[in-house]
Amino acid sequence: MSPLFPTLLPELALGLGGMALLMFGVLAKGNQFIACSLAAVALFAVTGVFVLLAPAGMVFGGLLTTTDFTRYADVLVLLGAAAALVLSLDYNQREDIARFEFPVLVVMAVLGMIVMISASDMMTLYLGFELQSLALYICAAFARDSLRSTEAGLKYFVLGALASGLLIYGISLVYGFAGTTNFAALAQELNASQGAGYGTVIGVVFVLVGIAFKISAAPFHMWTPDVYEGSPTPVTSLFGTAPKVAAMALLISVMVGPFGHLLSQWQMLIEILSIISMTIGALGAISQTNIKRLMAYSSIGHMGYALIGLAAGTEAGVQATLVYLAIYIVMSFGVFACIIAMRRKGQAVETIADLAGLSTQKPGYALALAVLLWSMAGIPPLSGFFSKLYVFAAAINVGLDTLAVVGVLTSVMAAYYYLRVIKVMYFDSGSPDFDQAAGGVRLVMLAGALATVFFVFIPGPLVSAAGAAARALMG
Amino acid sequence: MNSLGFPILSLITFLPLVGVAFIATLRGDDEAVARNARWGALWVSLVVLALAVYLWVVFDPAQPGFEFVEAHSWLSGLGVQYRMGVDGISLFLILLSAFITPIAIVSSWSINKRVREFMIAFLLLDTMTIGMFCALDFVVFYVFFEAVLLPMYLIIGVWGGERRVYAAVKFFLFTLTGSLLMLLALVWMWRNAGTTDMVTLLHTPIPPQVQTWLFIAFLVSFGVKAAVWPLHTWLPDAYGEAPLPGTIMLAAVLSKMGSYGFLRFTVPMLPHASAVAAPLMFTLGVVAVIYVSLVALAQTDMKRMIAYSSVAHMGLIVVGIFTFTVEGIEGALLQMLSHGFIITGLFICVGVLLARGESMTLSKLGGLAVRMPVYATLLMLFALGSMGMPGTSGFVGEILVIVGAMKVNFWVSLLSATGMVLGAAYMLVLLRAVLFDKTARPSLDGLKDLSAVEFAMLVPLAMMVLWIGIYPTSFTHIFEAPVSAMVQAHFASLTPPLSVPPVSLAMVTK
Repeated sequence: MSPLFPTLLPELALGLGGMALLMFGVLAKGNQFIACSLAAVALFAVTGVFVLLAPAGMVFGGLLTTTDFTRYADVLVLLGAAAALVLSLDYNQREDIARFEFPVLVVMAVLGMIVMISASDMMTLYLGFELQSLALYICAAFARDSLRSTEAGLKYFVLGALASGLLIYGISLVYGFAGTTNFAALAQELNASQGAGYGTVIGVVFVLVGIAFKISAAPFHMWTPDVYEGSPTPVTSLFGTAPKVAAMALLISVMVGPFGHLLSQWQMLIEILSIISMTIGALGAISQTNIKRLMAYSSIGHMGYALIGLAAGTEAGVQATLVYLAIYIVMSFGVFACIIAMRRKGQAVETIADLAGLSTQKPGYALALAVLLWSMAGIPPLSGFFSKLYVFAAAINVGLDTLAVVGVLTSVMAAYYYLRVIKVMYFDSGSPDFDQAAGGVRLVMLAGALATVFFVFIPGPLVSAAGAAARALMG
Repeated sequence: MNSLGFPILSLITFLPLVGVAFIATLRGDDEAVARNARWGALWVSLVVLALAVYLWVVFDPAQPGFEFVEAHSWLSGLGVQYRMGVDGISLFLILLSAFITPIAIVSSWSINKRVREFMIAFLLLDTMTIGMFCALDFVVFYVFFEAVLLPMYLIIGVWGGERRVYAAVKFFLFTLTGSLLMLLALVWMWRNAGTTDMVTLLHTPIPPQVQTWLFIAFLVSFGVKAAVWPLHTWLPDAYGEAPLPGTIMLAAVLSKMGSYGFLRFTVPMLPHASAVAAPLMFTLGVVAVIYVSLVALAQTDMKRMIAYSSVAHMGLIVVGIFTFTVEGIEGALLQMLSHGFIITGLFICVGVLLARGESMTLSKLGGLAVRMPVYATLLMLFALGSMGMPGTSGFVGEILVIVGAMKVNFWVSLLSATGMVLGAAYMLVLLRAVLFDKTARPSLDGLKDLSAVEFAMLVPLAMMVLWIGIYPTSFTHIFEAPVSAMVQAHFASLTPPLSVPPVSLAMVTK
């Protein structure tokens, strides 16, 4: 058992910081959106330092754990959330939704995610899961005067509540049949009894389904396109990054932790989720004309690829998934920065056709988006290729050739729709006449594109960090 | 570190990226940027050429195996290293791409639209092609092999002709499908050998049953790049629609990536499947030679006729490679080089007419032998080279391939030789139409002969064509050792009559 104070520092900082921001926003005069947002970004940076400094160990009698794995996922979550806040600075003001509650909600959502990642007990898991979800439901409906945004929030809430219900039902089944909610105890229990009874397995399936909703793995992806399209774009960019990482990290830590000995029972399920997600992601996006919906299907597909690593069930597989997530969120916030920059005469535009002729008017912007999309399609030498290479290698090494073959086939299909966007930007004639993007947006765009391009030269640090994280979890 | 004390291969490969950085940061008005971008790209590519020539000079043909090897750790966790090295086979392909790139850049001088981006794309292409020929690790190879797609896609799509979008997308999807199949093969071989080091992979036996599958994957992947019939259908579109420099790079260098793949991977790593599939490859090659030559004969457009002639020659290269004889493979290699120079020359001859606003329709051209004598002489030389006239590079390559094929199968060599006759037929049709027909059109009378720049592009190519044709030994003595080693290894792996342990179905599917 570790001392409470330094180990729990990140959670404390976020919780107290979030409440302080709330108080400040309520009591200060005037609209404090910008101040609160910047303070929240700073808070994330500070939390990031705390995360890296926090000693490994358990607190609260085994409710929360800090390891290299949680550090890795925490940093990714903080990065994604900070990028989303930077993107919201300009957008929310222009869309007239610049209220200080937004950064506060994001801080609370991030707190939920961090609790979720660190959870080593079903109860803390659920607690974090719900805190995150509730904050995100409000974020989705944040443009409350917009019909689409309200609809997105409502849809997300109803389906999310269903997912939470399934999750808690699964947890109760597992508790009922295994007699404990603690991860370590569960792992021991499920090992000792030489496999698990049907009740436990059904519980595991429910837990899996509940989390699959959150990572929008098909066939539990129905909410994704609508919510992505309807939410304000910075919120969409948040959905595309931080919660995905958190939920995926949760899925990994639950599946290989307490349920690790049931690999033979859940491996097939993950494979199926992965195959369906990759296929739906590739096919669904082809006919989309709205770029946010396109990104929704793209994210479904990417979660399918990321699941390949988990399906392998090995340390190398977990490492591959973690590498995949890191590369994916960087590409993702880069693309969303490009989408936020699509604004003509003060009006946000969202169709792919609006990008026609972009490469002549704003070559740098077009190149950044092209690089990011190519990377998502998995074309070397961009980072997206290596993330796919790691998961395919992990899958083939344990004999999951089907997954690799399906992954390759869907990559070709997916390349087609990414290519279509690039085609519109580079080959079609038109004059998008986009307004000059705000500094923060351009910064995020540039950071995403540069990281994507230069990963090939220095892959070492990220990959070894992911390796250490996977070792901490499995070893 | 290698014997030179500095990483020459990385230098050659990545030097163009320095040019990219330079061009990307150019400031000033459009005119100045365009001028500096052109000159910057040209100088960088010339320095690369100088380094490549230096590489040739210091290359030691007596030493077996790969030289100038560099190795650095790269993808940790997977154990993939960044490994570069050259042997006699890849050396000349590096030289070929280093030689063609500056010429192609000069031929792009007339491009006025978005010059900066064009030059950046071109230098990126230079890095990718040279890097691919230098790569000694399968993953590194794959990265370069597939990355070629990105600049080429933009070059076709942005600067191409009327149907450029269709051609660009078709090119991209065809090659991507092929490359991804190779990726699967790569990962399988990786698991089989435990490494992606190509030198180790060359000596890691693969169960014959699996070889068939890997062979199919490689065939599709390299076959698309090399435009082996019937995987060539993207080619007439891409060659026809790409801007001239793009067509040159596609025909002269990118098609060689496919045949290089056959030589480097398919034949040495999959000896059993290669031996079994040799009749198939002969058929494909011979069909390409004869059928595509006939298609070329039927063309009415000069650029398309030359494009089809390229497919026919690639067919001959495939035949040469799969004879598994020293003559056949050396012939294929010489043919690869020769085809690179000749096709570039022919396409530049096309560009000369395009630059003068002439149409490419054969029936509208004529009488240029009188009107443009210097041009006519050079065009004649390249056309003769293409049909395999003794004294030109085309002859040496073709005769070696045919001799090699003769050792294996009389009919293959007979039918390939027919290709030479057909090649002569369409090239003579082309020459007659362009140079000798008495077409009377006022605009033809006003044509000026070659400018100094055009002359400077064509003459080095002509010299290379003659050099290979007259004294091929300066090339063959360098790749003789690796080729005969390859042939010996091929038969050595076949002769102990398949004493490989039986492989269960489970191993095959996993």
